[in-house]
Amino acid sequence: MKEQLNAIKAQAEAELAKSDALDALEALRIKYLGKKGELTAIMKGMGKLPPEQRPVIGQLANEVRTSIESLLEQKKQTLSSLEKERRLAAEAIDINLPGKRPVLGKKHPLTTVLDDLKDIFIGMGFSIEEGPEVELDYYNFEALNIPKDHPARDTQDTFYIDENVVLRTQTSPVQVRVMEKQKPPIRVIAPGKVFRSDTVDATHSPVFHQIEGLVVDKGITMADLKGTLEVFVKKLYGDDTRLRFRPHHFPFTEPSAEVDISCFGCGGKGCRICKGEGWIEILGCGMVHPKVLKNCDIDPDIYSGFAFGIGLERITMFRYGIDDLRLFFENDIGFLKQF
Amino acid sequence: MNLPISWLKDYMNTDGITDSEFADKMTMSGSIVEKITNPASEFKNVVTGKILKIEKHPDADKLVVCQVDTGETEPIQIVTGAKNVFEGAVVPVAKHKSLLPGGVKITKGKLRGVESFGMMCSTDELGISDERATGILILPDNTPVGEDIVKTLGLDESVAEFEITSNRPDCMSIIGLAREAAATFNRELRIPEINVKENNEDVKDYAAVEIADNETCSRFTARVVKNIKIAPSPEWIKRRLKACGIRAINNVVDITNYIMLEYGQPMHAYDLDHVEGRKIIVRRAAEGEQLETLDDQPRTLSHDMIAISDTKRAIGVAGVMGGANSEVTDDTVTVLFESANFNAVLVRRGAKALGMRTDASALFEKGLDPENCMDAVNRACELLQNICPGCEVIGGIIDVYPNKKQPLVLPFEPDKMNRFLGTDIPSGDMADYLSRLGFKVDTSSMNVTVPTFRGDIESMADISEEVARLYGYDNLPTTMMKGRVVVGGKSFKQKIEDRIKDLLTAYGLYETMTYSFIDPKEFEMTRVPSDNTVKILNPLGEENSVMRTSMLSSVIKTLKTNYNRRAASAKIFELGTIYLPCGEVLPDERQVAAIGMYGADVDFFALKGVVQGLLEGLGITNCSLTAERENASYHPGRCAMVSIRGEKLGYLGQVHPSVAEEFKVDTELYCAELDFSVLLKYATFDRAFKPLPRFPASARDLAVVIDKALSVGEIERIISSSGGKFLESYELFDVYEGAQVGKGKKSAAYSLTFRAADKTLTDSEINEAMDNILGNLKRELGAELR
Repeated sequence: MKEQLNAIKAQAEAELAKSDALDALEALRIKYLGKKGELTAIMKGMGKLPPEQRPVIGQLANEVRTSIESLLEQKKQTLSSLEKERRLAAEAIDINLPGKRPVLGKKHPLTTVLDDLKDIFIGMGFSIEEGPEVELDYYNFEALNIPKDHPARDTQDTFYIDENVVLRTQTSPVQVRVMEKQKPPIRVIAPGKVFRSDTVDATHSPVFHQIEGLVVDKGITMADLKGTLEVFVKKLYGDDTRLRFRPHHFPFTEPSAEVDISCFGCGGKGCRICKGEGWIEILGCGMVHPKVLKNCDIDPDIYSGFAFGIGLERITMFRYGIDDLRLFFENDIGFLKQF
Repeated sequence: MNLPISWLKDYMNTDGITDSEFADKMTMSGSIVEKITNPASEFKNVVTGKILKIEKHPDADKLVVCQVDTGETEPIQIVTGAKNVFEGAVVPVAKHKSLLPGGVKITKGKLRGVESFGMMCSTDELGISDERATGILILPDNTPVGEDIVKTLGLDESVAEFEITSNRPDCMSIIGLAREAAATFNRELRIPEINVKENNEDVKDYAAVEIADNETCSRFTARVVKNIKIAPSPEWIKRRLKACGIRAINNVVDITNYIMLEYGQPMHAYDLDHVEGRKIIVRRAAEGEQLETLDDQPRTLSHDMIAISDTKRAIGVAGVMGGANSEVTDDTVTVLFESANFNAVLVRRGAKALGMRTDASALFEKGLDPENCMDAVNRACELLQNICPGCEVIGGIIDVYPNKKQPLVLPFEPDKMNRFLGTDIPSGDMADYLSRLGFKVDTSSMNVTVPTFRGDIESMADISEEVARLYGYDNLPTTMMKGRVVVGGKSFKQKIEDRIKDLLTAYGLYETMTYSFIDPKEFEMTRVPSDNTVKILNPLGEENSVMRTSMLSSVIKTLKTNYNRRAASAKIFELGTIYLPCGEVLPDERQVAAIGMYGADVDFFALKGVVQGLLEGLGITNCSLTAERENASYHPGRCAMVSIRGEKLGYLGQVHPSVAEEFKVDTELYCAELDFSVLLKYATFDRAFKPLPRFPASARDLAVVIDKALSVGEIERIISSSGGKFLESYELFDVYEGAQVGKGKKSAAYSLTFRAADKTLTDSEINEAMDNILGNLKRELGAELR
């Protein structure tokens, strides 16, 4: 019986060594250690042994069993880690196959740039105001120091609804509406659609967008206007951007200025974008005209303020290098996708 | 406004100022230089030459072969077809490898076999005339040979082109710009004294002027010149006029234009012999009065215009254009020069009504200085005497000037200006800047007298601008606002707008922007009523003439653009404005959240899902959809009205195929129009936290057969009301119609989820709820369990 046990052990060891699959291993476990296994059969035959031999053989049988079990366990681990490696190798993919993208819509590029601009001004304590697009002639012109028959009306070809009602040609009427209902301190921006009877081409559209800005309080200076716009421009176009304030004329500001920024295409050396000038005009601004303050019942001897108007299409075109204004209103998905 | 730099030199020393420096500094002090050009830069290798010999071309009758001395050792041979050349003529010669205006390159070549080493030039080829010349320009005999043509013709002249803003009519003149230039470069402005040699006669014996309506004209000055011989002006006058874009006509007319450029004061010359009664009357035109203007056009005048008339008839539209009946012609010998100040508004209206904006009207309508009239008329006489030696200026000046313009005096407030600008400019510097610009600063009374030509200056703010622009805007400090802190930020409405855009883009939609006005035809095309709309009086065209009252056509047009460009699908939205007349002066402007889509993955339910997702994302609950058959813009069987707590929000559905057909789109279009004000009313950012479930859910399926005509909405209403407190959710997973359920029937299968917050549900608790649901379905809808 002793020889038998040793023979089983040797045979099991040999067979285990040859085994190379987990299911084969399981078959071996059943063959040797299962209920009908060879070792189990011997154990069952123990009762037939003389009593004095039983402990000796019993011990040996247990040793053989333990030894086979541990061999089985070792082999099983080796095989399953091999198996895992094989599976991982088989599961390898070509990572250059196309990704599966969820469809994401986009905001209109004008909205995206306007959102940036709102953030910048909100950061400086501004709130956002709105006004009607179909507007009284009074707010669009007269209260802004542009009486009827004023030559400045010629430069803004106006759509009329009737004698007293126009499609607003600028967002400036919102200034007046804000000052009528709110007393200083005032810090607002008013973005919105404006209309001029310009024939459509790459740089003109009868519908476009402006962002009006208005600050009124005691002690507001022209230097503050420069400071505020400098913050805005640098946040929008980068810290390296330089500003140039040029005297200009708007009926509702005095002094008035136009602001140029150093061309981001060439940094000021002159290129196609700035038409060789090194500067790009981006906005008009000035100190609120005392007549406009008076029209809104704000005493210009106590309060002063500044206002500015920015063309949204223009700054968006510069931001993305868009060369045709018409694209904004065509709404070709191929265009809208890009921003 | 063009400023020839050589003309500027008459009034200030420009030594050491380069063209680009001039342009930069003038722009930065407020006179915007659009560009500065010099015709000399367009010439290369063009010289004067003398024709030594002319021979016939051996093979061409119309060509001749010339030997031309261009100052080099050997004469050069040039073949020409010009008829006016002769031996001894001095002509401009563009030599081999030369450059002419317009980028024309001249090189040697062969004409009918004979070599030609350049080209003799005409005035148009030299760019000094716009008209096609008939022959070569023949220069005076004494012209040096071999001289650079730029020098010979005085073409080396830079011309600065200014953009003058409407508040500065004084800068629409050479003297005005010279004043700005002198102030900018801090140099002396030299205005020469005017010397008129008048005869002993009295102008009163020649002519009279009456201002019949004081509103029309604040000043009328006139002088008479006799014994004039009408002739072309000298070259220097022609050249200056041309540089400023004005065509030369004759000496008298050219002088009126020259003075307008120089002084910014429009002038007119009348042939006095054709002024009836030798009297000029300034009055309002009679309604329907007829006049043929200088451009030979018959004009009908109206009461809104100022007529210049003699004792019988109108002889001009004041400030716009003179009449043909009193025009200066080749036979004119006696001229009356008018230098007057007409009402800006009436001139503007008159010019507009007649559709003729002239240089004169463009000046008058901005408001001119009546104090300028006298110098202008005297200068005209002086100039005419200089170029037309035989003429005599009649003694005396007619000057009808009922109310002399008094200069405005304002307080000089350096401290206030510094506080306004945020600067620290010494008051002496301020006074200096102002006096350079023609202001008189009195530092003892602390007053500043505004020159009469500066009608735009009315207050401290205006004076501050003058100071600031000469101090230099770029030198102003850059500061941040001080004072009271203001809380900024977005309003609830603005946040909801942002949220709508965030949600819809997250659902894969692209935001669009469209025009607010549409073609009136689109109302009919979309079947939207057009009886009450906001119309534009002066639209760009019919297609953009009415403000939209619905977003539908804007959305459809956007979809159509993409469909026509072969986009397989498009999903878009716009938060747009519609304009509804409401009985007030201004229409009701309402925002509409409009959605549009088409494509293989688009149907009613794709749109419905987006709308439901939007509402949920806005925190809106209690929405309901009802089938809508009456909205003519939509497919009668595929349209729903959405409402929130009983309030109508809008519509969604398939655009009626006939409507799509009107827009020539042959695919199914889906649109939704949601009233933003209603969304805003119910939208909220409030969300209440619900603890995550700790006990497992139990799912049950329920399939019932109902009449086909019934909406599954009915089943859901009953499930939801009969499900009891443990019913967590339900979901439709299958709808079946066919043989297995019988004709006129359909089966709907739902998956129901039950859960309790505090325990695991027992079968009997769930069965009770299921029985209740089924019982009610049977009772109310006649439903059968499948």
